[in-house]
Amino acid sequence: MELDLPVLSFIIWLPIFSAVIVLWLGSLGEAEIGKFVALAASLFTFAASILLYTGFDIATANMQFVEKATWIERFRADYYLGVDGISMPLVLLTTFLTPIVIIAGWEIIRVRSTQYFAAFLLLEGLMVGVFSALDGLLFYVFWEAMLVPMFLIIGVWGGDRRVYATVKFFLYTFLGSVFMLVALIYLSLQAGSYSILDFHELPLSMFEQLMIFSAFLLAFAVKVPMWPVHTWLPDAHVEAPTGGSVILAAVLLKMGGYGFIRFSLPITPDASQALDWLMIGLSLIAIVYISFVALAQQDMKKLIAYSSIAHMGFVTLGFFIVFSIALNGNGGDGTRLALQGGMVQMISHGLISGALFLCVGVMYDRLHTRQIHDYGGVINTMPKFAALMVLFALANAGLPGTSGFVGEFFVILAAFQANLWIAFVAATTLVMGAAYTLWMVKRVVFGDITNKSVGTLQDIGHREFSMLAFLALAILLIGVWPAPLVEVMEQTLGQLIEHVLQSKL
Amino acid sequence: MEAVYLGIVLSPLLAALIVGLGGRLISRPTAHWVTIIGVLASFLLSLLVLKDLIVDGAQVYNGTVYHWATIGNLSMEIGFLVDHLTALMVSVVTLISLAVHIYTIGYMKEDPGYQRFFSYISLFTFAMLMLVMSNNFLQLFFGWEAVGVVSYLLIGFWYKRQAAIFASLKAFLVNRVGDFGFLLGIAALLWATGSLDYKQVFDDAERLSGVSITVFSGVDWSILSLACICLFVGAMAKSAQMPLHIWLPDSMEGPTPISALIHAATMVTAGIFMVARMSPLFEFSETALSLILVIGATTAFFAGLLGIVQDDIKRVVAYSTVSQLGYMTVALGVSAYSAGIFHLATHAFFKALLFLAAGSVIMAMHHEQNIKKMGGLRRYMPITYWSALIGTLALIGFPGFSGFFSKDALIEAVHVSTAVSARYAYWCLLGGVFITALYSFRMFFLVFHGEARTELSGKKTPKESPIVMTVPLIILAVFSVVIGWPTIGPLLFGDFFADSLRVLDHHDVLGMVGTEFHGPTIFIAHSMMSSPVVYLAGAGSLTAWFFYLKRPDLRDLIKQRIRLLHHVLVNKYYFDYLNEVFLLPRVRQAANFLWHFGDENIIDGRLVNGSARTIASVSSVIRNMQSGYLYHYAFSMIIGLAVLVGWMVLRT
Repeated sequence: MELDLPVLSFIIWLPIFSAVIVLWLGSLGEAEIGKFVALAASLFTFAASILLYTGFDIATANMQFVEKATWIERFRADYYLGVDGISMPLVLLTTFLTPIVIIAGWEIIRVRSTQYFAAFLLLEGLMVGVFSALDGLLFYVFWEAMLVPMFLIIGVWGGDRRVYATVKFFLYTFLGSVFMLVALIYLSLQAGSYSILDFHELPLSMFEQLMIFSAFLLAFAVKVPMWPVHTWLPDAHVEAPTGGSVILAAVLLKMGGYGFIRFSLPITPDASQALDWLMIGLSLIAIVYISFVALAQQDMKKLIAYSSIAHMGFVTLGFFIVFSIALNGNGGDGTRLALQGGMVQMISHGLISGALFLCVGVMYDRLHTRQIHDYGGVINTMPKFAALMVLFALANAGLPGTSGFVGEFFVILAAFQANLWIAFVAATTLVMGAAYTLWMVKRVVFGDITNKSVGTLQDIGHREFSMLAFLALAILLIGVWPAPLVEVMEQTLGQLIEHVLQSKL
Repeated sequence: MEAVYLGIVLSPLLAALIVGLGGRLISRPTAHWVTIIGVLASFLLSLLVLKDLIVDGAQVYNGTVYHWATIGNLSMEIGFLVDHLTALMVSVVTLISLAVHIYTIGYMKEDPGYQRFFSYISLFTFAMLMLVMSNNFLQLFFGWEAVGVVSYLLIGFWYKRQAAIFASLKAFLVNRVGDFGFLLGIAALLWATGSLDYKQVFDDAERLSGVSITVFSGVDWSILSLACICLFVGAMAKSAQMPLHIWLPDSMEGPTPISALIHAATMVTAGIFMVARMSPLFEFSETALSLILVIGATTAFFAGLLGIVQDDIKRVVAYSTVSQLGYMTVALGVSAYSAGIFHLATHAFFKALLFLAAGSVIMAMHHEQNIKKMGGLRRYMPITYWSALIGTLALIGFPGFSGFFSKDALIEAVHVSTAVSARYAYWCLLGGVFITALYSFRMFFLVFHGEARTELSGKKTPKESPIVMTVPLIILAVFSVVIGWPTIGPLLFGDFFADSLRVLDHHDVLGMVGTEFHGPTIFIAHSMMSSPVVYLAGAGSLTAWFFYLKRPDLRDLIKQRIRLLHHVLVNKYYFDYLNEVFLLPRVRQAANFLWHFGDENIIDGRLVNGSARTIASVSSVIRNMQSGYLYHYAFSMIIGLAVLVGWMVLRT
């Protein structure tokens, strides 16, 4: 469906140009105006992105809102944008969270505040670019460019060990991306263009597929992150400012999952099938091993970071069990259920982990500590906040009626169709996820006040309440009625699964 | 009728939301009025549904409220199944909820969390109604977990108390162990039938009994047995069957009204209800039924024993609840589902009554819960005394009281059953009858009779509870006495449950018992003549009377004689010890090991930082580059891109 309005370009470039304006206002010493411009730009972008939803045709699996123009003729690389059922929800997630992050930093960021807000706007535009690029080179440019504002956010506004964290983050992600670039270039040479959709149709030998799959794996596994390339994440989260953590957990990690479903599965289906045992194994390790590690954490941000890794395990599990389901399932729609589960889990995790990091931020802004033992009895002084935090914690533990349930439910149901024991191991999250999340809640939120400083806490004001309340509403809406999200993805995933199960050999 | 069904579930939800989100706009009277009206509306509508089914002979309703999600051919819906079983459950739940709502006005009068409490119990009512009215596994699981969450919030209601928030976490996690099984059971059924809808799954049950799943290579299990056992694991946690019963006694840390509502009358019976609802499946799995029978019988007897050594008034009633849930489970195990549901219903009344009476006692004793420190309360609180006596008689199965009918029929059904472990179960239940009477009257005598064992004069003189608390007691007491008379015929031996429960012909033990049923009066007479149950209850009561009123001095002697047994009982068979002293530290050790050794030592220490050190020079350069100015970064990025583009140009 070609629309006259270049909605995607607008969503990408509006925040980027606004970032420039905000920087300029900052250099004029108009930081206050800059803040409002930043908020207005992010809200405007969100409003524009709603057009993607309302104008989306759920009856087709084709790319929509397509824009195509020649970019670098020499490489046959195009400025080629479009969204389908996979990317559109992720774009909305990005545009929904950016205003919330800006509100979260509103009164908190005092140092170089305009640059902070500009960095998030820049990041927003680039992230939307990643999700909507249909040209491999364009995708890569957005992919790498996006890291710059993220490094800045951690490196400039981060904690004491921010340099260590930034370098670790950089090395990990850079290492992966280089291989991805090589794979993309190889694919473009074979396909005669950088169009990702052309890549999908490209016949590749098993050897080629295995090489390309491995290259993509390095890039995407780091992003997700999958065990054992996950250790950058807790460090990055701990050092990042609240807004950075939110975007990191909520959107950046999704790039990995998006990469798997957009590149690995359709471009190298046979390699994916050949190595699915590896992916399933790593996902299950993430779910079980990381849940244990989360249980041991004393730092709230680290705990949520580890929880993120465990939850993202359901995304990769959902994506890579489709082959066994096709083999062992009873001919039902288990494959679709698995992919839906992975996708819903991505959106839901974005909202829930974002909300939890905001909660930690709210407490950190007051007491400047993230250690669990420095709290206890927060509910006594911050009842409104406590109610919301308990809600988010329960959502993180996968409570039905919240979005956290939907994805895990789908993936576990689907996993049973692949293998009883995969479902068995995955379902342990019901116990472990509840254990680490609610144990933290018990020690932080409930109890009598034992630390004097907790007694002086002020409950959340309107600004903090509104940002958390919006997230709470979104989490509950998806939990109570996931159909609007699921139906958007139905056609795309249905076509994808047909494509993926068709051997390229 | 759809509007009526919606009204039943939505009115308590609406009330809960108004009171819960209203904040300071909601005064205390508003809080209780709004929620009571919500639950009352629910109750009245449920009576309408009951009348519609019984008097007007309406057909079973099975319909969708809305589509939750559709994936491929799998349609997941929120919907209602309203048959006789649902109608009965809905009426019992809303009636008891109503009584508890009213009682709470008095019990929580002084509590600063008054509005929050009302909001929670209304929310609970909503969740419980969603559970019992569901027509599919998705919504069942939603209700199942939602009641668990509200239970978690209510056990930890007094969040300043360490014991309360520990108990709430424990309850949630133990229930999650059950939910783990429950979810796998649902997944197994989806795998086997491709549907989450009750009707479609049930229609497929007979075929499923022949389907198997490869568990290990070469080992095939019946998918139906696997699914049923998994589902039952969920029921074991929710309905506190051994060894997953450990959370229920600790849940007594919550305020007493919710102990009555959630941890005696409704939520804990969800497991019983679920298995009965799934009777079309369980009927085809002898394996699952045998397991249910053994677990239930063991729980009925051994949990009852623990009740004898408890000194906390609520914990005695809690162990009694565990034991009575065991009775209901046994009924399920011999395919006497309607007997299980019947006992569930009568138990809901008399156990809620006992809890509320206990709450009344606790109020009068200024929050003293140790029965060893009570005594002689009969003189001060006559209404509580008489209602507690009625509750106790109903519980031990005194002829004519509601508990008599349900328990006696249940035991008789086990008696005639030919199931593999029916003998074992029968003896456990008979022993249980004696024990039930013993611990019940032990508590009753210690609390209400004898001499006061603490100073009760002056300001601390106990007095009868206010009318908002005694009226619910009276209502429940009336039901505890009379409810068995009109219901036993149709429920157990009539066709009341014909549209909801399925029993295969060769499992039909109630049918065998029913051949000798000619009305409740003859049932009593017949039972007095042919069954030892009543006499065992009498013996238990006499024993309690002898040791706690007549010759209390002999108790220490007995205690000496059975020191070992006493020790085991006081330590609750070491379940908590095993978990808290053995299991939990191991889990923590494993967690720390994986973190420090796995993540920090191996992955970070050897792999990551090892390679990082070799690139240390790179990082120091980067460190210098981190000026923090955006244009520096943008600049280096452009250079990077230029290098990249240059390289690609050269290459092609």
